[in-house]
This record gives sequence, structure tokens and C-alpha cells, in this order.
Amino acid sequence: PARELTQNPLHKTWEPYDNGLPAGHSAQRGVCMTNCPTLIVMVGLPARGKTYISKKLTRYLNWIGVPTKEFNVGQYRRALVKKYKSFEFFLPDNEEGLKIRKQCALAALNDVRQYLSEENGHVAVFDATNTTRERRETIYKFGEENGYKTFFVESVCVDPEVIAANIVQVKLGSPDYVDCSNDEATEDFMKRIECYKNSYETLDETFDKDLSYIKIMDVGRSYLVNRVMDHIQSRIVYYLMNIHVTPRSIYLCRHGESELNLKGRIGGDPGLSVRGKEFAKSLAQFINEQNIKDLKVWTSQMKRTIQTAEALGVPYEQWKVLNEIDAGVCEEMTYEEIQENYPLEFALRDQDKYRYRYPKGESYEDLVQRLEPVIMELERQENVLVICHQAVMRCLLAYFLDKPAEQLPYLKCPLHTVLKLTPVAYG
Amino acid sequence: AWASYMTNSPTLIVMIGLPARGKTYVSKKLTRYLNWIGVPTKVFNLGVYRREAVKSYKSYDFFRHDNKEAMEIRRRCALVALEDVKAYLLEECGQIAVRLFWAQQGLKLVLIQGRGVSSLKRASFSRPQVFFVESVCDDPEVIAANILEVKVSSPDYPERDRENVMDDFLKRIECYKVTYQPLDPDEYDKDLSFIKVINVGQRFLVNRVQDYIQSKIVYYLMNIHVQPRTIYLCRHGESEYNLVGKIGGDSGLSPRGKQFAQALKKFIEEQEIVDLKVWTSQLKRTIQTAESLGVTYEQWKILNEIDAGVCEEMTYAEIEAKYPEEFAMRDQEKYLYRYPGGESYQDLVQRLEPVIMELERQGNVLVISHQAVMRCLLAYFLDKSADELPYLRCPLHTILKLTPVAYGCKVETITLNVEAVNTHRDKPSLNSPPASQTPVRMRRNSFTPRASADTVKRPRHYSVGSKPLDLLGPLPSLE
Repeated sequence: PARELTQNPLHKTWEPYDNGLPAGHSAQRGVCMTNCPTLIVMVGLPARGKTYISKKLTRYLNWIGVPTKEFNVGQYRRALVKKYKSFEFFLPDNEEGLKIRKQCALAALNDVRQYLSEENGHVAVFDATNTTRERRETIYKFGEENGYKTFFVESVCVDPEVIAANIVQVKLGSPDYVDCSNDEATEDFMKRIECYKNSYETLDETFDKDLSYIKIMDVGRSYLVNRVMDHIQSRIVYYLMNIHVTPRSIYLCRHGESELNLKGRIGGDPGLSVRGKEFAKSLAQFINEQNIKDLKVWTSQMKRTIQTAEALGVPYEQWKVLNEIDAGVCEEMTYEEIQENYPLEFALRDQDKYRYRYPKGESYEDLVQRLEPVIMELERQENVLVICHQAVMRCLLAYFLDKPAEQLPYLKCPLHTVLKLTPVAYG
Repeated sequence: AWASYMTNSPTLIVMIGLPARGKTYVSKKLTRYLNWIGVPTKVFNLGVYRREAVKSYKSYDFFRHDNKEAMEIRRRCALVALEDVKAYLLEECGQIAVRLFWAQQGLKLVLIQGRGVSSLKRASFSRPQVFFVESVCDDPEVIAANILEVKVSSPDYPERDRENVMDDFLKRIECYKVTYQPLDPDEYDKDLSFIKVINVGQRFLVNRVQDYIQSKIVYYLMNIHVQPRTIYLCRHGESEYNLVGKIGGDSGLSPRGKQFAQALKKFIEEQEIVDLKVWTSQLKRTIQTAESLGVTYEQWKILNEIDAGVCEEMTYAEIEAKYPEEFAMRDQEKYLYRYPGGESYQDLVQRLEPVIMELERQGNVLVISHQAVMRCLLAYFLDKSADELPYLRCPLHTILKLTPVAYGCKVETITLNVEAVNTHRDKPSLNSPPASQTPVRMRRNSFTPRASADTVKRPRHYSVGSKPLDLLGPLPSLE
């Protein structure tokens, strides 16, 4: 006979139970992203964007719910060698330097093992140059021994302008160069890159044909993708192929104050209040003053965001997936009414606001899944203004500011406030 | 359509590769996917044009690169095809034309002078984005399998036996190899946008992806595979609500529904499927059905039944009585119609896209879902249009077994002998709608309006829904 089902009071999913306790094991709640942990290994000369990619990828994977952590070997080195002197540390014949660098790599791998095998991490990003076959062999073997799938991400770039720009953006401010002038730092760093060039063995179509990897050429002009093994690798490749580094700004704001906002009611599809309409006009003025090139404007398919966009007098796109979180049976109620009519629900929501799903409605967790195509498209686009809703804006903001699930539902997104996000360095 | 406004200019996808490299397979599959997500797409197969021009195919000699007469015929066919592509993009408002080329002959034709789109410019229509998809294969086993699977039954070989076909076709390939110039990402073709698929998806080279639709195409091509496998689609067992004719909700299985779950278990065991994955929605009735199988299953919220908004948990009779206008509208335009506070079939397709993508990646899968959801999935696999989709037959207690074969999908219907109610509603014969009524697609915010009408206050939980836009009246002012 089939097992009985019980509905989890928090996230409203049906789970089988035995003897009054959730049975769990044969029903998974979500999509299985990966069966075993994944080790992503960055490859490339210095100033090729490896750390930029590591951090961004980690941020994205965590946001979509895949516990991910990055391990930057440079940081281990800085912890061990208190004071950086010069590029000479990286010379290929510097015995002392080589010993320390290998030690750091192993320490980082050890932490990777702890994270993936003991701390329930799903993905670890190993951020180092990893420019020799020997080093990559060592890491690949490490992955095999521990039952991890290894995926290499190589960044190849020969454009001197891009490299120079990278150095200015992130290297000059590095703790390594805190006591140097910009010119000294740049000169030293260029010599540091030279140290790696002679021994650099790029991922090769023939030699490395059995490895899983993506090779990114010239900051995304072209990609070589080899043997994608599973769902998570496929998502990673798709993400990496959609991001870019062209400077741009993303503006996030909510619709103007709505009639239901005035009454303290949640959800619904009301129009703007008088003050809301004023905000729409101020927004139009603000946008004009910003003089943004080729600005795209996105709204949800709810009246209040559309009315706000209308005031701008520019074309806008309506996305149903930008609609506010569905509060199910609690739609159009005040919080007092919810507490009175559904006291248990009210309490549960405060317990775990991220995973709590309204009866016949959604949770923040559902919202994140729903918003993923928006994030992907925001990555592809350049200047965008997104006019949305409180819960939606919190989710988008959490992605850009790398806020974890516990903090996400409490991020401050007041009405009549515009958040202007500009990518800079690693954030 | 939600995806179609993402592409501003039309796109011309050009397939490249030696024969038996899977070009037609990829063209048809890609076209099916793009049409399903709402991007009007059409395939123009030059082989078809050639067969029209040369009524009877004699042998591989036709394809020899020194056969001047044949070359002239093929060149003219390409020009005719080009005219048809132009017509489709301009007049039929198609967004994407997928064009099939033989090796390099066709390529030289379109890409004269600097590998640009100059010949298309001469055809004088607004310059489409050109995206090349090249299929390169050096594995002789894969090539032989392709030839057997699709070429043997091609109209070119009506009477011959297998061996001769293989032989002739291999010689045909040799003719092309002489002049084949693969895309060169390092030098000659470095400014073109393309994806090179190597050895049926083992490796990919992607160059200069320009826009959203090209990025989707690349992602799709990277997720499909050609390993044999079977997809089983079925609905949950009959539910308590099914018995009383209520739609939506989250009811459990009826006694007959539980019987079906048991029968399903037996059926699955008899099929002896290797590594079967089982997916359900997050609604109780599909999960209960899966529980009976006694195997691991994954719950997908996006497989939940279409949200009927204010009409949830009502019977069709109750809906007709309470919301007669809504009821009538739905029968007029079932694909685009969105329930107030709920969803449309079009919304459902958008919601289900990740499921389709993951189904493409997987092997053997059993999807236990719902009527509207199953219709959407089925329409994808069987290439059904938006008009047919909401009327596809997906009865309770019936399993559809889909097996990819050649260029399409074989369907086997298996009715497990457990009685159930019939939940299917055919499109009723319609009276013409009242003249004042605005077309359905303008009512549910599924397009970009220039203004919003005032909301009518309704006593319900959800609230997206409003009176029809009064296009002849004044726009509500923001003052």
C-alpha cells in the first residue's frame, strides 16, 4: 500500500510519512541539480578575470539555491606570507616561492574537501592560475579520489587593453600593492604575469579531450565547450555565456504607492494613489536627468508598475514573472487580518520567511526560481530600469548584492526609492 | 508571445555540414522548439527544392563538383529558396528562417564577397541577423548510423536495397569533401556568429553570439542529444475533484485513481526501463500517484496544473453561470485566454520551458502531471500548433509513450484498464461574438497596453482582471 502524505505546514509541499514522522528519502522537493559535488577549477594567466568569474558564478549559484563557495589560493598565500615583496616570489626558479605556493594550493584543496564532503556544499570554485597540466592533473585526481565531478573554466585573453583595464580595476587596490604607487604596482604585476607565461599550457582540444571544460576567449567573444556532463554544468555554461563586462547600470525600484498600500493591504492589483502618481512623475524626471544611453524599462503585468512606467513616456516591456509574490488566500488582507484569520500561518512566516509559502500562494524561494530568467536577461542587457514590487525587488537585490536566503526577505526596499547598481571590481 | 518580442529583427539560421551530419535533424528539432516557445520559425530545405527540380535522382554523379549542369540546377534552386525565405520573413511575419545548405556550394552562393550578407542585401529586405550552425563529425559509426536511420528511407532511394544506398551515399559525401571549407573561427570567419557542433554534441565552438534568440539556440543545441530513450507522459490518477467535475484545487486520488496508480506501477515494472526518472508536480494527486510506484521521484512546482485563478475549484457549469463572459471568451481563444488571477496556456508554455530543456538532457523519464500541462508537453514533442494544443486528447488513466525516431517522435497510447471520468472539452461550435466585444488577446494584459483600465473590485483572493479596455474612450489620465 502507498504511504500516506502529509502537507508540510511551512512550505506546503506534500511529503510521505511513516508512523507520524516525515519519511523524506524517496521524495525530493526540487530538481536534482547534481548527484555528486562539483569542483570548478579556474585556469588562466593573472589578470584574465578568473576571480571575477569565480565570485560571480558563486554568487549566481548560491542565489539559485546551490550551496557554493570559492577558494582563492592567492588569499591563502597572503595569509602565509605576511608581506608581499615583489614579483620575484613568482619566478619559476624560486624554490622557496614554489614550496609556499604548493602548500597554499594543498591547504585550499583541503578546505574544499571539508566544504564539499563534510559541510554539505554542492559546488566549490578553486580560483588559482592552474596553468600547468601537472597542477591540473593533481587537482583532477583529488576530485576523483573524493567523488567530485571536475569542470574547468579557462579564460584566455591576449588583448593588452583588457589586461591593462583589469589591472587598474582590481590589482592596484590589492593588499599586495598597498604601499606602492600605481606605476610601480603595474610594472611589478606585468612582470608577475611574465613568470607564468613560459610554463602556461592551455587546455588542448586533443590532449584534454576527455575533460569537461569551457574555454572563454577574449572576454566572451567565443567559447569552446567540451563534454558537459550534467545539469549544473550546463547551467554554468549558459550563465558564463550570457555575462559580459560592458559598463552599465541597473536601476531597481518599486511601483509608486498604490491604493492598497495606503490601506495596509498586501497583494491585489490596485492602481496608484495620488502620491504614487507623483512618484511616477518624479521618476520620469530623474530618468531624464540621468541621461542613460539606450535604457530598457521592464515592469510586471500588474497595474501599479505599468502605471508607473507609463509616466516615463518610453517603451517598456511587461514581464508576468515580475509580478509580486502571490499571497494566496491572504491576498488583499492586512497583516492584522492575517494574524486574526490565520494565526498559525502568520507565525510560520516569521519562523522562516524565505521558505514559507502562503496557502495557495508562493514563497520567496519560489519567487527566486521564477525570477531566474529575469536575472539571466539582466546579465545579457546593459542599462535597465526594473519597476517591480517589494518581494521581487528583494530577490533581485539579493542576487546583485550577494545576500543569503536568511537576509533576503528582510532587505529594505522602501517605496519611492530607486536603487542604482553599477558593477565595480568584484561586486 | 513572450519570447517573440525579445527578437527585434528576423534571424536567418544557416545550417552547414557534409551530408549525414544531422543538419535536417537539428533544423527540424530547432524549428519545433522555437515554434513551441512562441517564435515563428520555418525550415527551408534545399534538398526538397532540388528534388522538385530534378524529378528523378539517378546517382551520386549529380553531386560531383565538376558536374556543371548539376551545379547550375543546384544554384538556381538556392536562389528560389532564397526568394521563399525573403517572402516568409517579410510577408508571413516569420521571425526565424532555418535554412539547410549542402556543404559549401550553397554557402558560396549566399556568402559572396567577404563572407557577408551582401547577396541578402541585394535581395533588399531588412538585414536579418545571420547565425550559422555547423555540424562536424569524424566518427564513422555515427555517420553510418545517420545514413541508415534517415537516408535509406529518403525519397531519393525508393527501390534500392540497403547496401547500395549506403554505398551511393558515401560516394555522395566524398563529392562534397573535395570542396568543403569548414567555418574557420581563427581567421576567415572570425566575425561571423556561429556554433560549431562537433561529434553530435561532444564539443561546441561558439562565436560572437549577438542576441537573446541566438543565446537560446546555443543553449538548446547544447542540451539535446541523440541517445535512444523513451519519455512517458501521463496524468495523475482520477482525483476526488475530477469525480465531481471541479477544476484545479489540490484534492487527493479517488478509489479508481488509486487503482490506476497500482496499475501504473505494474506497467512500469513490465516495461523494464533502465534508469527511469520519475517527475511529479507539487500537487497531492500526482505525488500520490508516484508514491504507489515505490521509487524515487522529483517534485517540480512548475509542473503544477494551470492556475484557474478565480475559477479554481469550480465546475464548468458553475463558471458558465457565474462568469458567462469569461466562459465564452475561453472557448473563443483557448490558448491565449488567461483566467482572472490565473494563467493561460501561453503562460503555461513559458513556465514549462525548463522542464522541456531538462527532458532533452535526460534519458528515460516518466512525467506524472495534469491535463493542461500534459497538453503543452505533448504539443512540443508532436509539433502541434497553438491552435491545436488546448484540444489535444490527454485522458485520465492513459499513458503516452514517446520514442524519438528519425526526424520526429513515435507515439504509443496505452490505456490501463481502469475507468475514469472524461475531463475533455472539445471546442464548441461558436456563435459569432457580439460586435462590441474586444478580441480576447486584448483583455488579459498579455501584451503591452498603452494605458490601464480601472480595476473592478471583486470578492476573491486573486485580482488580476479588469473590464475590457475601452479603446474608443478616453485614456485614464494620471492627473
